Amino acid sequence: MAQDKKIMKIADFLCEEAVILDLEASNFEEVIRVLGGKLRDQGFVKDDFVEAALERERNLPTGLPLGGDYNAAIPHVDIEYVNKPALGLATLKRDVVFYNMVESDEEVPCRLIIMLALEQPKSQVEMLQSVAAVLQNPETIRSLVNAKTREEVFTILS
Amino acid sequence: MAKTVIVSCGTGIATSTVAAKAIEEACKAAGISVMTKQCKGQEIPELLKQGADLIVTTSTLRFDPGIPVVKGLAFLTGIGIDAVVEEILGHLRDE
Repeated sequence: MAQDKKIMKIADFLCEEAVILDLEASNFEEVIRVLGGKLRDQGFVKDDFVEAALERERNLPTGLPLGGDYNAAIPHVDIEYVNKPALGLATLKRDVVFYNMVESDEEVPCRLIIMLALEQPKSQVEMLQSVAAVLQNPETIRSLVNAKTREEVFTILS
Repeated sequence: MAKTVIVSCGTGIATSTVAAKAIEEACKAAGISVMTKQCKGQEIPELLKQGADLIVTTSTLRFDPGIPVVKGLAFLTGIGIDAVVEEILGHLRDE
C-alpha cells in the first residue's frame, strides 16, 4: 500500500502538456529540447533550463540501464533553473542513445525519458523514490512505453 | 563513532537523495551509525578535507578520491541492489 501512495506522487507532479508519446527523435539533444521546451512553455522552468539540461547531459549523463526490454533516462539540472517542481515524460518511437549515468562513456539506448524539474529536493524525496520505484518495475516501464494516450500514462502512474 | 559517507551525484540533490536515504535505512537496519553528506561530484575534494569513510556515487567520477568508492546506480534501477548494499556495509563495518 505504501508503494501505491508513493506512485500517486508521480501523477501529481506530471505536467500533462509535457507527456509526449511516440516521439520521433534521432538524438538525446532533440528529446531534451522537446520535453524541456514543454516544461518551459508551461512555466515550470526558466528559459535557460533547456540549455542547462543539454550541457548537463553532455557532461554528466542520466541514462539508466534497466536490464529489461527498455532503458530510461532521467534528465535534470540544478534547482536554480526551476520555477515549480514538475515532471515531463516521453516515450520514444525508437531507442535513442543516452549515456550511462555512472559510466559516462557507455551508451544506453533509451525508450522512456522522465525529465525532472526539481525545486526543493528534500521535500520531494518521495517523488524521487517514486520515480525510482517505476524504473525498478519492468511491467510499469513496458506499460508506459506502450501507452497510446496521456490518460493511460496518468492511470499507470496513479 | 558514526561513519561518514559522501553521497554524490550530478546535481547533489536528485539521485543522491534517493541513494542517501537508502544508505541511511540500510545502515540503521545493520546497526551501523552513519552520517551521509550529499554533494555534486566536483564538490567531493572539498568534503574529503573534513574526512569521510566512503563515497557512494551515482554519477561518473573522473578522479581518484583516495578512499573507497561504490557505484550506487542500483539505488535507482534496483539491479544488483543487495550486492551494492552489502558492499557499502562491508566498507562501514568495523574490522
